[in-house]
Amino acid sequence: MSNEQGVKKFDPEKRKTIRFSEPALESIQKIIQRYPAGKQKSAMLPVLHIAQAESDGWLSPEVLDYVAEILGLLPVEVYEVASFYSMYNLKPVGKCVLEVCQTSSCWTRGAEDVVEYIGKKLNIKAGETTSDGMFTLKTVECLGSCGTAPMLQCGAEYHENLTEERIDNLIERYRKEDRRRNYTDLDFVNSN
Amino acid sequence: MSRKLLLAKDHVPGIRSYDVYRANGGYASVEKALKTMSPEAVTEEVKKSGLRGRGGAGFPTGMKWSFLAKPEGVPRYLVCNADESEPGTFKDRYLMERIPHLLVEGMITSSFALGANTSFIYIRGEYFYVSRILEQAIAEAYANGWLGKNILGSGYDLDLYVQVGAGAYICGEETALLESLEGKRGNPRIKPPFPAVEGLYRCPTVVNNVETIAAVVPIVNDGGEAYAAIGIGRSTGTKLISASGNINKPGVYEIELGLPVEEFLFSDEYCGGIANGKRLKACVPGGSSVPILPEYLVCKTATGDDRLMTYESLSDGGFATGSMLGSGGFIVYDENQCVVRNTWNFSRFYRHESCGQCSPCREGTGWMETVLRRLEKGMGNLDDIDLLVGVAKKIEGNTICPLGDAAAWPVAAAIRHFRHEFEYHVLHAEKVKDPKHGHKEPIMPVKPAPVVA
Ligand SMILES: Cc1cc2nc3c(=O)[nH]c(=O)nc-3n(C[C@H](O)[C@H](O)[C@H](O)COP(=O)(O)O)c2cc1C
Ligand code: SF4
Ligand code: FES
Repeated sequence: MSNEQGVKKFDPEKRKTIRFSEPALESIQKIIQRYPAGKQKSAMLPVLHIAQAESDGWLSPEVLDYVAEILGLLPVEVYEVASFYSMYNLKPVGKCVLEVCQTSSCWTRGAEDVVEYIGKKLNIKAGETTSDGMFTLKTVECLGSCGTAPMLQCGAEYHENLTEERIDNLIERYRKEDRRRNYTDLDFVNSN
Repeated sequence: MSRKLLLAKDHVPGIRSYDVYRANGGYASVEKALKTMSPEAVTEEVKKSGLRGRGGAGFPTGMKWSFLAKPEGVPRYLVCNADESEPGTFKDRYLMERIPHLLVEGMITSSFALGANTSFIYIRGEYFYVSRILEQAIAEAYANGWLGKNILGSGYDLDLYVQVGAGAYICGEETALLESLEGKRGNPRIKPPFPAVEGLYRCPTVVNNVETIAAVVPIVNDGGEAYAAIGIGRSTGTKLISASGNINKPGVYEIELGLPVEEFLFSDEYCGGIANGKRLKACVPGGSSVPILPEYLVCKTATGDDRLMTYESLSDGGFATGSMLGSGGFIVYDENQCVVRNTWNFSRFYRHESCGQCSPCREGTGWMETVLRRLEKGMGNLDDIDLLVGVAKKIEGNTICPLGDAAAWPVAAAIRHFRHEFEYHVLHAEKVKDPKHGHKEPIMPVKPAPVVA
């Protein structure tokens, strides 16, 4: 069970204000069409990814409730899934979540030094967010990039064969571009 | 040079795109299967090929396909397992990212053989950008008539979708994957019933790894016998190996099964030897779940034969002196790496990834991690070592899914071969408080003295 963050308290007033963008609602309807009639629950994981991207990178109880309504499910069915998977944030996070792999192959190639270096540079520890809300530093398990270790993921982007210089550059670029990075971002596909 | 079947066209510029892929012989297996073969004939070729599941368990693919139940009027599904979360494994990502059409082609040919009209590729959520590459390839395949209704005028219909996960190693276990695809928590199901009888939406389902599905393409193109002619014994064909750790050339290599481990590890065509001129200390040859081998059992078996990259040779000696081919995640450790710290690293992974359904796994992985961390930090005692062995034994074979075993085996194997290093962590507690102690004073494995009969 990967997600140990606990769920925040539900606010009925906030719930009334939530609505996803039209393009997001459209993609959700398309996703639901993939599955046989009555099996729209299958859309849960992809829809939660869209929901997270629509909601400043995290899933509040109000957003989860809204997802339940869209999919015609009980809220608890959505809560229990959101709390199982590690990519769903149940608490606010920085615009750029730097997820550094700590598993064996990366560890043999200096993953711990990467965490230490970023931590010093941003003045935060793993699990923390910078005071300007720009960066969250997270340690994660193997991301399937062991041959290009050490590595980190931020949104859709994989940053591999990390050196101090590369880390400096990517942090500078993220600061300059100053936008939220989501797993669902498209731009990385074609640059890669 | 080794023959390549999956990565043969890897060097061709633009091979990710449909036009280049097609111009290089792509989709020939779909043409051949749909125009000239029956579904049973395709399955027959896969049987003849001797192909074994490339996801880790090595189950014969043709046999798995022939177990698929075919009740009248009930849909059947093919689900591709692209969850690839076993530490040390990154071959599926490489293949999907670089030659996405090979997987799409394999999915069409395999779905035809199984009589599935809807198929899914379940990919781990972290590979989101790869899912986009696959979706692009699928859209191209639809546009060119390889997917959809009445493909090539054969009367066969197929829809293919990509489903992203959301971060959970356990969803690589096939029944957890199906739960996840149904929009639930990834809790493995109790078997039987097996997916071949009750899988996705309780309909008959085949779950296969990315590389397994891709291998169906050359098998159908060239025939099962040609595939079976490559390799040794029951290890037929080629295998993608993900090589990582302290080697000169980490990366994904397609090898012919039967290649000597020594050649794979030291020749410049593959890993290129240990990085920075260091000595080899240990190797985990098949992903984090398989037993670690000390240096003296990597290139040779206990009986002195050359160790080969095959299912059989890598497991020669059983768990006493062997390991497993597993997913082909080949992780190499040099003399500076600490086996206790690495074992703790793996145990932290399994603790994090246990779904929590069965107590031996949920409690046992937590317990092992706690004790290993204590030992690694120089705060353990000698009894902790046997305590670990005991906990590992209690998990093994007592759980719903094999994650419990996968967590227990690496711990048991590390203690079996590196007990003196665990003892060192108790006896020289001051030294090991420095996490980089292995860089100052390497601890090499000690080969046991031969037993004289
Ligand atoms: C904990 C666990 C994780 C697994 N992860 C994967 C995986 O990431 N990819 C995969 O193909 N098989 C994985 N498997 C094996 C699958 O359960 C299944 O055997 C496999 O997908 C079958 O395909 P194959 O016969 O083509 O290998 C995993 C098994 C377990 C127990
Ligand atoms: S062995 Fe572990 S991961 Fe598998 S079902 Fe039991 S608790 Fe879950
Ligand atoms: S160990 Fe870090 S990506 Fe696999």
